[in-house]
Parts: sequence; C-alpha cells; structure tokens
Amino acid sequence: MNSAKVSLKPEISSGFDLEKIRADFPILKLKIDGKPLVYLDNAASSQMPQQVIDRLVRYQTTQHANINRAVHYLSEVATMEYHNARCKLQQFINAREDREVIFTSGTTDSINLVMHGYGRKFIKAGDEIILTTLEHHSNIVPWQMLANEKDAKIRVVPINDKGELEVDEYEKLFNERTKFVGLIHVSNALGTINPIKRMIDFAHQHGVPVLIDGAQAAPHMNIDVQALDCDFYAFSAHKLCGPTGVGILFGKAALLESMQPFKGGGDMIASVTFEETLYNTIPHKFEAGTPPIAAAIGFGAAIDYLTTIGIARIAAYESSLLNYATECLNNIPGVKIIGTAAEKTAVISFTIDGIHPHDIGTILNQDGIAVRTGHHCAQPVMQRFNVPATSRASFAFYNKETEVDALAAGIKNVQKVFL
Amino acid sequence: MHTNSLYQEVILDHNRKPRNYGKLDHANHHAMGHNPLCGDRLDITLQLENDQITDIAFQGESCAICKASASMMTAAVKGKSRIDAETLIHEFRELATGKLDINNPHHLGRLTIFSGVRDLPTRVKCAILPWHTLHAALNSITDASTETNHDSAQAVSSKS
Repeated sequence: MNSAKVSLKPEISSGFDLEKIRADFPILKLKIDGKPLVYLDNAASSQMPQQVIDRLVRYQTTQHANINRAVHYLSEVATMEYHNARCKLQQFINAREDREVIFTSGTTDSINLVMHGYGRKFIKAGDEIILTTLEHHSNIVPWQMLANEKDAKIRVVPINDKGELEVDEYEKLFNERTKFVGLIHVSNALGTINPIKRMIDFAHQHGVPVLIDGAQAAPHMNIDVQALDCDFYAFSAHKLCGPTGVGILFGKAALLESMQPFKGGGDMIASVTFEETLYNTIPHKFEAGTPPIAAAIGFGAAIDYLTTIGIARIAAYESSLLNYATECLNNIPGVKIIGTAAEKTAVISFTIDGIHPHDIGTILNQDGIAVRTGHHCAQPVMQRFNVPATSRASFAFYNKETEVDALAAGIKNVQKVFL
Repeated sequence: MHTNSLYQEVILDHNRKPRNYGKLDHANHHAMGHNPLCGDRLDITLQLENDQITDIAFQGESCAICKASASMMTAAVKGKSRIDAETLIHEFRELATGKLDINNPHHLGRLTIFSGVRDLPTRVKCAILPWHTLHAALNSITDASTETNHDSAQAVSSKS
C-alpha cells in the first residue's frame, strides 16, 4: 500500500469569508421551532461541512471495500485512501513518521490504548501518575482503573480561582515514584489553555512520559508534536468538523513499539498459530479489526478543509469572538463566567444567579440556541468551583457576532422567566 | 415543542417557594434520589403511620422542574394512603413519559401541568426524580437513581 502516491493537496480552497464558510455547513440553515439554529455546543461536537459530507459519499459510492486484504481494485483504493488520511493527520500534527499515527475510535479510545498498552506494562505498585484537576473524565477514569489494578497512586495538580493550573504545584509533585503524566491541553469545561510545553519539559527532566489529551486543542490551534516533544497526543475527528467514531493517537515510534497491544484480532498480527502470535508492526499492532475506514477518510477531508482555511486564522477569529462574547456576558447582571484564564479558547462556562443550568439550557433551546449544560464530564472542575453544573457556550470559526448577541438576549429572556 | 407551557407560573412559584422543604426529624422512611446525568440530588423524608403519609418533606439541589415537581408532589401525597400515593406515582410517570391519556380519569389534578416535559426527553427525568425517590422511600429503598432500573423496587433496600 505504501507504493500508492500520497496526495496531500487539500480538496477545497477558500479564504476566510465568514458567509462563504457558513454556506459550507448545511446544518446551519436549520430552524429550531421556527428560529434559526444558533449552534454554540462546538466543544461537544462540531458540525460537518459539505466538503466532508461529499467525501464520505464519494468513498461510499465509488471506493469502499475492506482494507489491507484483498488484491482487487476497490480494496487497493480503499487501502490507499485510508493511508492518505493517516498521512494527512501526520502532517497536521507534524509527526515525524506516519506510523506514529494510530487511528482509534476517538480520544477516549486513544487514552485507553495508552493505559492498556503502556500503563499495564510499565506502571507498578507504588508508582505515581500525575493528572490535573482540569482533566475530562476520559483522562481520569482509565488511570483510576489502572491505579486500582496495580496499587499505584494518582496525584492531582490543583487549579487557581481563574481555572489555571498551578504549575509550581505540578513540579512539586514529582519524585522517584512518578511514572506517568496525563495532561489536558485545553480544558473542555473552562477553555483554559495549559502551558503544556513547559510541563512536558519538566516531566522529561525526570524521565517521565506525558500523554496530552488534545481533544479541545486540535480544532483551535496548530499542534506540532515534535516541537512539543510530547510522548502521546490524542484527539477526535468529530470536534474538527469530521465524523464521529474516529480519532487518533500519536505516539513516539519507540514508545509504541515497546508497548503491548490493546486489542487482539485481525490486522494487528504478523502470524498466528495456536502456540504463538507475532504482532504486526506499528501502527497496525494497535488497529485490530476493520477500522472506521470511511470515518478516517472523512477525517482526512476535514483536515484538508480546516488547513485550507488555516488553523492560525481560525484561532485569531475565534479569539475575537471570545473577547466579544466575554464582554457581552460580563455586562449582564447575575451572570458569572467560570474560568477566566489568561489563555483561553472560545469556551465560556457560566452560571446565572438562582437559575439551574438545565432550566437555562431548556429555555435557550426555545430560542434555537444550543448550549451544553451539566458537569461537562469534568466533575472535579465543578467541585473546585463549588457548582453542581454550568452552562457552556463554545464557539467555532463558523459562529458569528450576531449569534453572540442572540445568546446574550436569550440569557436575558431566561432571567425574565425566573424574575 | 412548547417550552413556555412548561415554565408556567405555578411551576415557577413552587420553584421560588417550595412547599414542605426541609427534613423531618422523626421520619420513619427516607430515600435519596440522584440523577447522575445532571447531578440533581433529592432527599425525601416521610412519616408513615398505618400506611398513611402523615408528614413529608424534601430537600436537595435541583433544577426548577425537579424542585417544583417535588414541591407539588409532597403537597399532593401528604395525608394520602400509601396505595393512593403509589397510584399517583404511577400516573405521574405515565404523564411525564407521554403514556397517559389525560382525557381518561386520573388523580393528578394540577400536576398535569408537567405534561409538557414529555416533549423534552432530557428533562423527563428531572420531573420524575421526586416521584422515583418517593417510591423508593415508601418501599424502604434508600437510594434511587434515574439511571437504574425504572422499577426501583428491585434496588437494594434497608429500612431507615
């Protein structure tokens, strides 16, 4: 399959023209109860542009077969396109080699892969794993399962009142028992961008590998895994305008090679007898069974779409939206923004005095406004701020200022209902 | 979907000024209700004498729908027999899940204002949690969760 010519040329070309971009997303034309959809739940899942939808249709209608198997035409095309998608992801995060990019079912699956493949092999009784208060449950629970199994210990980096990691406290947690660090790049609940480069460097000074949960970072900033020097980096396609059911784990080749497989099955083997199985090379060792071929190819198309617009331009635009939205919400009495870090992505978690987030969400929905309400799978963050839940507006590059205005008006309407 | 019809003045009033709010000191039945999806918690204490609910109170942290439902529920079942309370629990669950035909005879009275939640699947549990917890308290099941089997009688019980 490596003989196939890899085309990394993006499949679309457009400048940052907001109305043109919005026209790419068919779902943005939806009306909810007669009101235009105002989709502000992008941190949960982003929407898909027509270019990606078209790519999925083209794959299913002209290219689909199982991969890495048969010698027939479709199987070769599908295998090549799947490989192309891997190469697009490799380039997107500037990984050294394409075999360092493993397709998984998403960020959670990627983290579980590292827990099983690395953690269960190398973490022993008495060892310590450092996590942070900002972690999503997906980067807490697998490590708790491992700690319980191995009698290892989890140490937690605290955050300050703005929702920023206390990096000095992080550095104090290190000792000779520290064996692993799991670190969220951008907080899904608050939007805080963590100083991961400094934290990775510090862990490496102690010889400790670092896994970065990049689910909320990859859609909003350039990721360079070589510059970061992280050992593992995970994210999902569906937060980058791609399909659900696929994500990647980047791992340094030497680490991946040292790890045990996570799942056993077809494709991950070199040879099988009932006496012994020899595992395939990376990345195949970690891709047992038929992978989400269509979704991975759609992921590649989503990467093309985003890189054509330009991640840096996306980040700059979203930053201006964040500033505007922060100002609008700060001007509404009774609204409190939770998470005011100096470095943030376009995520605003907020509470309204005396009104439960679920009531806020239901009444905003009446105006066609989609926000997330709840604990955002980050209960330790909620506990830190002493709130059971928040409402969260999370923006994407296709959101516009008038949608921020709609949110502000919607919040005032919620307050009126409860007056 | 008619969200406005859900957030009616009666519900907003019960949310603002919940009836029977607090904890009974001498309750002989109690249960904790929990909705893990949103973190809502509800504590129901009640006094059952000769199979009659002579007193009942609730407290907890929840959304307006849940709190108003709990407030109106306690007002509705206070003084009622256990059997009558169970009938209301059954009818309210049917109402909230859209299975009750309110044109047929029922005992819910003003509680039918919660019928709007049937159009909001994510909020059905908010309205039902108090009833679920009451059922657990009446049947001496100390912990009720919206995420366990709907027939909470199957949960582990321990009499308070």
